[in-house]
Amino acid sequence: MRPIGWSARRQGELRGWIAAGWGALGVLAVLALWELYKFLGPSEGFVVGAVPGESGSGVMLLPRTHDRAMPHVWDMAARLFAPTSGGDTPPLWVSVAGAALVTLGIAAVGWLIGVAVGALLGLVMQRWRLLEWGLLPWIVVSQIVPLIAFAPVVNAIGNQIDRGGGTWPQWLSVAVIASYLAFFPVAIGVLRGLASPDRIHLDLMNSYAAGYWPTLLRLRLPAAVPHLLPALRLAAANAVLGAVVAEVSIGMRGGIGRMLIQLAGQASSDPAAPWGPTFGSIALGLIAAGSVALIGLGLANYRRGEATA
Amino acid sequence: MTDLAVHAARVGKVFPTKTGEVVALTHVDLEVSAGEFVSLIGPSGCGKSTLLRLIADLDQATTGTLEIFGKPAKRARIDQDYGIAFQQAGLLPWRTVGANIGLPLELHGAGKADRTARIAELAELVGLSDFVDRYPDQLSGGMQQRVAIARALAARPKLLLMDEPFGALDEMTRERLQSELTRIAAETSAAVVFVTHSIPEAVFLSDRVVVMSPRPGRITDVIETGLGEVRDEALRESPEFFEKVTAVREALHGAPVTRASES
Repeated sequence: MRPIGWSARRQGELRGWIAAGWGALGVLAVLALWELYKFLGPSEGFVVGAVPGESGSGVMLLPRTHDRAMPHVWDMAARLFAPTSGGDTPPLWVSVAGAALVTLGIAAVGWLIGVAVGALLGLVMQRWRLLEWGLLPWIVVSQIVPLIAFAPVVNAIGNQIDRGGGTWPQWLSVAVIASYLAFFPVAIGVLRGLASPDRIHLDLMNSYAAGYWPTLLRLRLPAAVPHLLPALRLAAANAVLGAVVAEVSIGMRGGIGRMLIQLAGQASSDPAAPWGPTFGSIALGLIAAGSVALIGLGLANYRRGEATA
Repeated sequence: MTDLAVHAARVGKVFPTKTGEVVALTHVDLEVSAGEFVSLIGPSGCGKSTLLRLIADLDQATTGTLEIFGKPAKRARIDQDYGIAFQQAGLLPWRTVGANIGLPLELHGAGKADRTARIAELAELVGLSDFVDRYPDQLSGGMQQRVAIARALAARPKLLLMDEPFGALDEMTRERLQSELTRIAAETSAAVVFVTHSIPEAVFLSDRVVVMSPRPGRITDVIETGLGEVRDEALRESPEFFEKVTAVREALHGAPVTRASES
């Protein structure tokens, strides 16, 4: 028997703080490494086999470290508080936050679609073995199709619907593309989770003459929770990633993906600027995954393990 | 409704496997009266657990007829005529002790008030009244097994099926739970079919011990213990008890056991 009540919770809290500490240390280490290389590395990089007079020839073994290629970490930070595009435009971080919110909203819609579709697929695959055999390979293959090949097709279909009298705003295409990445972990997680109850529990439900739905509700779904939470979190991160890539590939304005491309285009004159939306999209992924983790707090009881005698 | 809790006639069970058919049980004739305590004992592979699963309708007999309270096994399962407990407690870890005990009641649409009352009654019966709000991972193995027994009794079955329920427990806990089980069986006047591989356990608990033997699984002997109603700690030390233990052991070995010193 392990300690119960507050002491276990206290231990959990302690573990949480330690984990957060390691996380912060990791971020700091990356920043330090960046500055260290910038300090030590050759300013024009190290290139072998370059043909004199021909720019871009040869193989670069070490990247350049001058300020245009690798801005200082503090310059990136300072840039966040400078006007977005000169003059009296709002500070960069405000524009980044606004764009991130747009993308977050779209990713959330994509996540919801993905979770719904994934859950349904997982459910029917668990219910009918034949469907698992038929569907699972296609679900796996679906994730091999590159998003940038698939995105324009969705966009074109959306445009046709929009022109044909229906309403299909461009953000909906982005959400659908995001859902395409999000549904996969959910489908797999639901399938594995629903199939996770022990034989003894299934025998027990059988002995109660409980049919499919009572068994699903009282046994399979609760037992699936530990499989489901990581799947939902993965789906959230995937939805953000999908939304950013989809924005770029179909050229939707207003989101963080578009902003990233735009500022990256101006990087030679304003090298710290593209790091704003880069940090923005990292934060976006963390917020998305973190808010899903909140769901887990309410379901803590479903993550208890039964101690063996 | 007849007086027989279990009536098995020429029951056989064959499992198809890749390498051919495996005969798990053959020609099993068994009658268990209402309120009777019967143990099934035998070495691994003798089909004792299989027989229990057939009675529970968790598997279906290949040949023969099997009736529970005069009904086909399937009907008896649907009517909740039996309660079952396994070697693992098999509690749902996300439910409290009370919610675990109440699971069968909940599945059969008992009202909340009825359920709460019945849960309190059962928790009292197995001595876990103070633990109703705990979770299974906060209980010892013996306590978990008591919850499983309470759960098996929830729907007031007249037949209790138990598959080595104390097999994973330490000897002290085991003996205590055996005493409790005889008391519970007497209080509920339920018939019990109890699978075990412990000879003293079978003798201590049972009115009759059914001895089984493997390849193919069959009943080779039935021994009446005749130890009476009261099963207390004194019984474990009594000559009659040892006599029956020896009888069961000899039946298991198929011949009188020669003592080591005589050979």
